[in-house]
Amino acid sequence: MSTESTTLGYNSKVEGEVVVTQADAVINWIRKHSVWPMPMGLACCAIELMAVGASRFDISRFGMEVMRFSPRQADCMIVSGTVTYKMAEVVRRIYEQMAEPKWVVAMGACASTGGMYRSYATLQGVDRIIPVDVYVSGCPPRPEALLDAMIKLQDKIGRESSVKNLTAPKAVAEKPAFAGKEA
Amino acid sequence: MSQADFASLKERFAYLTERDSADHLSVNCPAKHLLEFCTSLRDELGYDLLLDVTAIDWDVQTSPRFTGIYHILSTTHHNYIRIASDCLEDAQPSLPSLAGIFPAANWHERETYDMMGIRYEGHPDLKRILMWEDYPYHPLRKEFPLAGIEVPFPAADVAESANAKVLPAPMMGGPFVSPSGGTMREIEPQAKDESWTEKEEQH
Ligand code: SF4
Repeated sequence: MSTESTTLGYNSKVEGEVVVTQADAVINWIRKHSVWPMPMGLACCAIELMAVGASRFDISRFGMEVMRFSPRQADCMIVSGTVTYKMAEVVRRIYEQMAEPKWVVAMGACASTGGMYRSYATLQGVDRIIPVDVYVSGCPPRPEALLDAMIKLQDKIGRESSVKNLTAPKAVAEKPAFAGKEA
Repeated sequence: MSQADFASLKERFAYLTERDSADHLSVNCPAKHLLEFCTSLRDELGYDLLLDVTAIDWDVQTSPRFTGIYHILSTTHHNYIRIASDCLEDAQPSLPSLAGIFPAANWHERETYDMMGIRYEGHPDLKRILMWEDYPYHPLRKEFPLAGIEVPFPAADVAESANAKVLPAPMMGGPFVSPSGGTMREIEPQAKDESWTEKEEQH
């Protein structure tokens, strides 16, 4: 069993009960198959997020059904909805409380860009306060679109240099937020 | 006293004047009589349910600039009355608070204060309800741009760690508004074509 995306080579006839691989591959394999989402449901998109969690679309097929409302127990924040400036403070605080490694999915037009709310009250994209890994288009996105995003996130997790990040966590973890470029 | 039409109200409350209205009974009431008038409406005329408190900003140059609007329903007679009350001051508009006689006024008045900056005298806890508490503007005033004005982020520590500011929103051809009046085609939402208000374009 060896594909382009896995660096795992295993043949039961040759290796028996021993699997030889790289630390990165093992760590990423574990991480990507047990993403614990933090449902940051802020507006209508959250309804689609709930649909993704329910039986028809069933996010548990990808090992992500353990939605946790505590940031300490979650590693993937799904920002689904309109982020007002008043709420942005809370979103950032919750993000900061999540333990590393952590990922962010911006679900829908609002979370990605402010959507149709071009107004004084709405943060124009959650990437201005937290680093986003995957953006999902749509208003709201279909549940399949979110599942697609989560699969893309799994691919992305699979490509991370986890061992290097473990030994030098800060340098890699600090992805600049959008607003940082403006200052 | 049974359900009021304007003539019978005027007889009783000489300070009222009639307002043009497309639907319900609508009166102008001077701010200094507002509390007394609403108390009588509630206790004697059966107008017992306050449905809405809002305000109009006529324009920056107009005086009186702000008018408070109240909608009250009678749950026994099933009809509405609309009361309009001009704020005396244009720079620091204020009105008496109805929170003492209609508890429903509490949050409505906080919202109107937040959006329009009208101070409700006698309100038990007049603070912002939609925007965060140290927000410096009242966004529904006529001179406030839809895109917003640059101000510091709500929390200083988060502002520092996220390096974020509250910035005017890019209008990108908008805002999109429906002109009032005209044929169906003319009142379609249209782009008012304000230019890109953001300094640095997003890549
Ligand atoms: S993108 Fe559309 S559906 Fe999603 S929160 Fe915004 S307005 Fe609602």
